[in-house]
Amino acid sequence: MDGPMQPFERPPSSASASGYGHWFLRGVWTSFSIPLLILMSAFVGFAGLARESGVALEHTLFMTAIVWALPAKVVLIGAIMGGASLPAAAFAVALTSVRLTPMVVSIVPELRTEKTRPVVLYFLSHFVAVTSWVLAMERMRAVPRPMRTAWYCGLGGTLIAVNMVVVAVVYMLAGSLSPTLSAALLMMTPLYFLTSLWGSARERASHFAMAFGMVLGPVFHVLTPGFDLMAAGFTGGAAAYLLHRLTRRKAKVGEGTP
Amino acid sequence: MSYYAYDFWWWPYLFILLAGWLMTDGFRFLGVYFGGRIAEDSEALVVVRTLATALVAAVIGNLVVFPSGALAAAPLWMRVASMVVGFAVYLALRKSVLFGILAGEAVLIAGLYAIGFSG
Repeated sequence: MDGPMQPFERPPSSASASGYGHWFLRGVWTSFSIPLLILMSAFVGFAGLARESGVALEHTLFMTAIVWALPAKVVLIGAIMGGASLPAAAFAVALTSVRLTPMVVSIVPELRTEKTRPVVLYFLSHFVAVTSWVLAMERMRAVPRPMRTAWYCGLGGTLIAVNMVVVAVVYMLAGSLSPTLSAALLMMTPLYFLTSLWGSARERASHFAMAFGMVLGPVFHVLTPGFDLMAAGFTGGAAAYLLHRLTRRKAKVGEGTP
Repeated sequence: MSYYAYDFWWWPYLFILLAGWLMTDGFRFLGVYFGGRIAEDSEALVVVRTLATALVAAVIGNLVVFPSGALAAAPLWMRVASMVVGFAVYLALRKSVLFGILAGEAVLIAGLYAIGFSG
């Protein structure tokens, strides 16, 4: 983790290193929010899931820091549990991560000035996942433009650091929970994704996809073990998209009639 | 080539790097590289989002129907009831993720206590 005083750009004449430090800390402060609380509950579930899957604590922490996006990690754990091969696991993770590209595309113009070096943007893009993106899109406008990289570094870095601590603590405690509480811990991840995924869906196709995927996942788990996620993702996703196209066309026809 | 295929200490790290980091940061870096050249509402992105959503939903479905650990010993109907109630509360309380999770957990914990759950 980078110290608060580390400069990320050659300071323009008006900005001092202490300016960066100040805005880095403001970013840290912004991260303490309701979205962080929700994210922490999701990581409580993730830690329990990782432990149950047999992934060691140090590997879980490594994964938390280096992958960061939670759907990618949960899919990765799912692939590990299902005994998927490396290419199959990578492909499944890639499919959940394509969505990161447009998120980064939309945040970069807000982050940079003409002087920002690309390496800074590549570094900061690692922090992009739903929570930091939502917070940044909401609050970054209030941050002076030359200070936004420092601010976002504070925000994104804190989110990762806090959740690494959550993962470590929960992972270590999970073994001493009663059966009821450890069952409840393992229920956190499906509950979190059921609700947060529904809320973040941009179009109705994604709602269809959720319904299809939840049913097809277990079906393909029985039919094609080791390949269930890809099979369910592709058939469920394709069916949802077609249904979306179909209902949209009907809606358009409906609009035409008085 | 699965995660548990080799005993080398570095294999899990390599697996996570290639299957996890390369795939996630790869797409993030692509976003920096493209800058403002992708329209967020392009049809191709809708398709990708739909496939990705179904894939994550498949994981959710598997975690409920074929869970591991202590949750596997809880009755299936109770796991499904937890999801249904959690989702209903989430919708009823203007899409509150926090209360949705709490309600689902409450149903599961109460149900498990009621049947004298012991793992």
